[in-house]
This record gives sequence, C-alpha cells and structure tokens, in this order.
Amino acid sequence: MINTALASPRSTNPFAGLMSGTTGPVIVVVCAILAIWYISAVILNTPFQKEMYERANRGDVPVSQLVTDTLAQERPVLPAPHQVAQEIWKTTVEKKVTSKRSLVYHTGITLSSTLLGFLIGTTLGILLAVGIVHSRVLDKSMMPWVISSQTIPILAIAPMIIVVLNAVGISGLLPKAMISTYLSFFPVTVGMVKGLRSPEVIHMDLMHTYSATRWQTFWKLRLPYAVPYLFTSMKIGMAASLVGAIVGELPTGAVAGLGARLLAGSYYGQTVQIWSALLMAAFLAGALVALIGVMEKVVLKKMGMAQ
Amino acid sequence: MAETMERLLPRDGDGGTKMTNNVVEAKNLSLTFQTNDGPVHALSEIDLTIEEGDFVSFIGPSGCGKTTLLRVIADLEQPTGGSITVNGVSPHQARLNRAYGYVFQAAALYPWRTIAKNVALPLEIMGLPASEQQQRISKNLDLVNLSGFEKKYPWQLSGGMQQRASIARALAVEPDLLLMDEPFGALDEIVRDHLNEQLLQLWAKTNKTVVFVTHSIPEAVFLSSKIVVLCPRPGRIYDVIESNLPRDRSLDIRETSEFLEIAHRVREGLKAGHAYDD
Repeated sequence: MINTALASPRSTNPFAGLMSGTTGPVIVVVCAILAIWYISAVILNTPFQKEMYERANRGDVPVSQLVTDTLAQERPVLPAPHQVAQEIWKTTVEKKVTSKRSLVYHTGITLSSTLLGFLIGTTLGILLAVGIVHSRVLDKSMMPWVISSQTIPILAIAPMIIVVLNAVGISGLLPKAMISTYLSFFPVTVGMVKGLRSPEVIHMDLMHTYSATRWQTFWKLRLPYAVPYLFTSMKIGMAASLVGAIVGELPTGAVAGLGARLLAGSYYGQTVQIWSALLMAAFLAGALVALIGVMEKVVLKKMGMAQ
Repeated sequence: MAETMERLLPRDGDGGTKMTNNVVEAKNLSLTFQTNDGPVHALSEIDLTIEEGDFVSFIGPSGCGKTTLLRVIADLEQPTGGSITVNGVSPHQARLNRAYGYVFQAAALYPWRTIAKNVALPLEIMGLPASEQQQRISKNLDLVNLSGFEKKYPWQLSGGMQQRASIARALAVEPDLLLMDEPFGALDEIVRDHLNEQLLQLWAKTNKTVVFVTHSIPEAVFLSSKIVVLCPRPGRIYDVIESNLPRDRSLDIRETSEFLEIAHRVREGLKAGHAYDD
C-alpha cells in the first residue's frame, strides 16, 4: 500500500522517465544555452540596429520588428544561432568538399595536422615518461624543461617554429603539426609519469620476490598500470593538439584550415563565418575526445579492467 | 668435513638440492630503521632456526617486527646486524634462486590478468615454456580448489578466492619455502577458518616449509608446529613454543585442552612481553 502510494506521484510525472536518463538534462542545458545566446544576440546587436533605423529616419519601430531585425543582420556583433546553423549548413552540405568555401575542406586540413601532431606528441610524451621514470638523471634534467616549455605562450612561439622550419625548407603540414606536438606531448608525459609510478608497493614487492628485471617489471606491471592514465592524458592532449593546429594556422596567413577561416572572417568582419568555424572546431574537438573515450572503453574491456 | 664438502657442491637453479635441514638460520640478527624521530629498533638480537617441513608462526602485536623479520627472509629488507641464511645461502642469493613463494596481506593480483594469467606471472618471468606453464597453472589452481576459474578476472572472485589464487601463484614457482604475511588478516572469521583448514591440508600434501605471520592466537596455534612469540620495542623473540599437537588436525582440535594450553602459553608470553601495554 505504502509503496504504491509513494510510487504513484512519480509515475504520473511525464518527465520522470526523460529526466532520469542523460537525454533530458542534455536537452535542458542546450535549451538554456540557446536562450542565453538569443537574448545576448538581441542585446548586443540592438545599438547597431537602432543606428540603422535613425539613418533611415524610421522613428518608432515596434519591439517585435527590432528583435527580428537584430537576429538577421549581415555582420552582427553576435550572430544568432540559426544564422550560424545556416552558414554551417551552406558551407558543409551545399558545397563540394573540394571547394575552398567548404567548411569540411578546411576542417579536414586542420584535422590532418591535429592528428599528425597528436600522434607525434603522444609518442614523444610516452618515450619521455619512460625515460623519466627509469632514470634519475633524466627525471632531474628533463622535467624542469618539460614544465617550462608549457609556460611559454603558444602564440609567441608558434610563429618562431613556423619561420624556423620554413627556413630549413620544411613547410606545409609538418610545421603546424609541430605546434600541436608541442602542446600535446605535455599532458601525456605528465600523465604517463604518474601512471608508470602508480603501481602499489605490494605489486612492486611481488616483482622483487620474483627477481624480475626492470624490463619485465615495466612490461608486466608499470605499462598495464599506466593505461588508464594514458587515455585520460590523451583526451587532454587531443584537445590541446587541435588548439595548436588552429593557432599554427593563424600567424602564417594560411589559406586553408579552420584557423585560416577565423583569420579571414576577422579581416572582413564576417562574424557569422567566424562563429561557424568556432563551432566546427568545438564539434571536432568533442568528436575526437569522444573517439578516444570509445577506444579507452574497448581497450580497458579487453584488458578486463572495465566491468 | 663432510658438511664443508657439501657446501662446495654447486646448487641447481631451482634451489632444489638441500645442503642442511635448516631452511632459515638467523644469528643475532638486528634491523634498525633510521627515521626523523631517531632510530627504530625493528628487530633486535633475533636467534632463530627454521627446519625443513616446519610450519612456523610469528605472532605478536603490531610493531613487534614479525612482518619485518619475514621481509628480511625474503630479501625485501636488509638487516643492519647479525647474520641470516636461507637454504644455506644469503637471502639475496635465495631470492635469485627463487627459493621461496611470498603471499602478501592482500592478494595483489593484477586486475588486467585472468586468474590463470596471474598464476602464470612468475612463470613468465622465469621464462618457462608454455606447456610447462600450463601444467603448473592447472596443478596449483587445483591445489587451492580454484579449478574452473582460470578465465575469471580477480574482481569476479570473492576475497577468500582471490587470496587462494595468490597462494596458487606463490606455489607455482615450486618453492620449498612458503612465506605468508597475514594472508587471511583481511578476511572474515568463517572464511579464515575454512582457509586455515585448507592450508593445513596443502602443507600435508606438499610438505613445504611454511613461515606464517599472524596476530591471531587461535590461528597460530591451530596451524603451527612451532610458534615464535615476538614482542615490541625493540622487536625481539620472547618465546618459542614447539607444538605437540598432531600434524593431522581439524578445527575441532581447538576445543581440546592441549590446544588451550598452548594458546594460554602464547597469551602469557605476549603479556609478559608487554604486548598488551598501553
């Protein structure tokens, strides 16, 4: 009796099912973001719109007209979500992938240097971590450099890397990838050092009682132990890698890539174009991080560590 | 003279040949840890002989050095004074000869390895051929009644089963000496009783020398042929009790007067050694 009495108000609530999963909360958050975005767009675009009315000598424009107009400007201070959505649709679905006006084309360019930089960065990060964990000298000598490398603003060092590599005849994909590498090796190094050092004392003692070599301890204990740490730092590294690729496209006056789109957009005041490139970068980062998440699940399941 | 000759004989890699009947011999052994609060005398003037086939328990309160003593035998700690031999050689050499299997307080199974693969770990490190590994895995899992769980992961097993798997892993090395550091300390009493009985059967079946650390008086008395009572500050041996209980015993023996008599003597030893102070 008591149970049904308690349960009934819940079952009559139509949102109970929706809100108990992840779909409901996600929809709520997206709606909230869109609402804030629309309100901000109206507020930020109103001064310019009023100026336009004054020039046209139109005195009393109704508020509804004002709102509609602020959301349909050609170069708004803050474009409305639907304007950005239209721009993304126009430049992805309605354009051929090979076209220079296709956002997919530019995303592809940025993606390739992101992935190359990430691969090199992750490899470098793992190798550095292995060295640091096994050698006191490397630990003392390398770690300060690794940390200080990340205190330099990437915007300051990116042009240097591009210029220096161009001077020795390396151009194109690799210089941009190097900037991605520069940003992504760091989280991998730090995460892997932590992971490789994380086996419990009892596990290390066990290896000691077997008189295992350092190499055996590394392969059979340290490395498997570090795998969850590796995936966590790879997620951070991937996001950093994308930032690096975009930043790498800025100082070179590159003609292709999401960074180039941002640059061109800001030259010509094409805010809609800037925002669509920004959103595209965000989608890309989300997709790449999610991909690593899937890999993590598969690998950990295969290792028997995920239940 | 004969003994000297014997000492000169080369040993085989498994540590299979015996030179003396004394598996462990400690003379005036001491170990002092240097800490920020001054030296801590973990072990002091330890004289101990463990013979082949013995089941020896170290019992005492926390801080009496019982685990430290076991770790010295296993070459996990270095003594600062006196001498100790394991199988007639230094603990370091004994470890290299893989003379012992060590069972820790926790099962310490690797979560990414199945039970069979966990037992295989020391065998892989020793570089045994796959067929030999397979044969030892099934034999030792059978010994601890875990046949059929080869493909399970550690988290799929209960705490008692995990600890049995870790015993199988220690046995897989095929040592003559089994060192056990409070292996059942984290388990509830019902499981512990059951595992104690199984351990005795295992001891009878394999005829290994066992050194067992515990802080449970009934456990020590039930399992041991020899009980070493240790006392703290400094960690030292207070009493060594030879048990006259029959080797073939069941849990019922804990009700007998002989059992209670030995248990009483252990408790008196602990009391006299100030184990119950503060």
